Amino acid sequence: MNFIWAFLIAGLFCALGQIILDNTKLTPGHVTSIFTVLGSILAFFGVYEKLIDLAGAGATTIIANFGYMLYIGALEGFEDMGVLGIFAGMLTNSSVAIVGSIVIASFMTLIFKPKD
Amino acid sequence: MNKDEYQKLVKKHEPKENKFENIIYAFFIGGLVGFIAEGLVVLLMNAFLLSRTEAGAWTCLIIIFASSLFTALGFFDNWMSKSKAGLLIPTTGFAHSVTSSALDYKKEGLITGLGSNFFKLAGSVILYGILSAFILVIVKVIIGG
Repeated sequence: MNFIWAFLIAGLFCALGQIILDNTKLTPGHVTSIFTVLGSILAFFGVYEKLIDLAGAGATTIIANFGYMLYIGALEGFEDMGVLGIFAGMLTNSSVAIVGSIVIASFMTLIFKPKD
Repeated sequence: MNKDEYQKLVKKHEPKENKFENIIYAFFIGGLVGFIAEGLVVLLMNAFLLSRTEAGAWTCLIIIFASSLFTALGFFDNWMSKSKAGLLIPTTGFAHSVTSSALDYKKEGLITGLGSNFFKLAGSVILYGILSAFILVIVKVIIGG
């Protein structure tokens, strides 16, 4: 059941992204930024957590999950150590994605040459 | 030929994109990415006895690695354009943008090329993500007391 929801939720987010791309003049850069902000807004209303419970990785592989992780990290930080925690905790959960993409992309750039 | 006629002519010869088809494409490819990711999470949880959070983080790294590698090998650009938003909205789009800008600007030097263009596209995701999360947490804290 989880797998079906993973497919549906991930698919729906992508379909929504495509609808925005096709019907507005926004670029892929705009759309990914909008989805990240959408993720933190959904986290604010407690919706994103329900989506993750329902669809598992179907919700966590979407770029909106980045916004969710930032929001949750900052909120948990605040609960731990107050206002400073908002600053200190914001990136804790998303560290894997950011450090991962920096390290991996750098190694790829070192090894491979750009095509044409 | 006046401007209006010209515009009509341009419109007539513009390649027509089937919007409905694009949405179906994005839905299926994006859904497939979510499905595969969930499969990886379940596989890692069972094979290495990881918690769901750990397995999710490893899955995230695997997806970044795969899309970064495919971008460096040169065929991911093609996939990106064929799949419409299907590979853009998942983490694959983020990894693709980082790797492709790193590769493209590599020849312009380590600092002025690679360093300053690394987050050329992904930078706005990080910037607006952090700003929106910051503002929303402040609002939440004020409402929540």
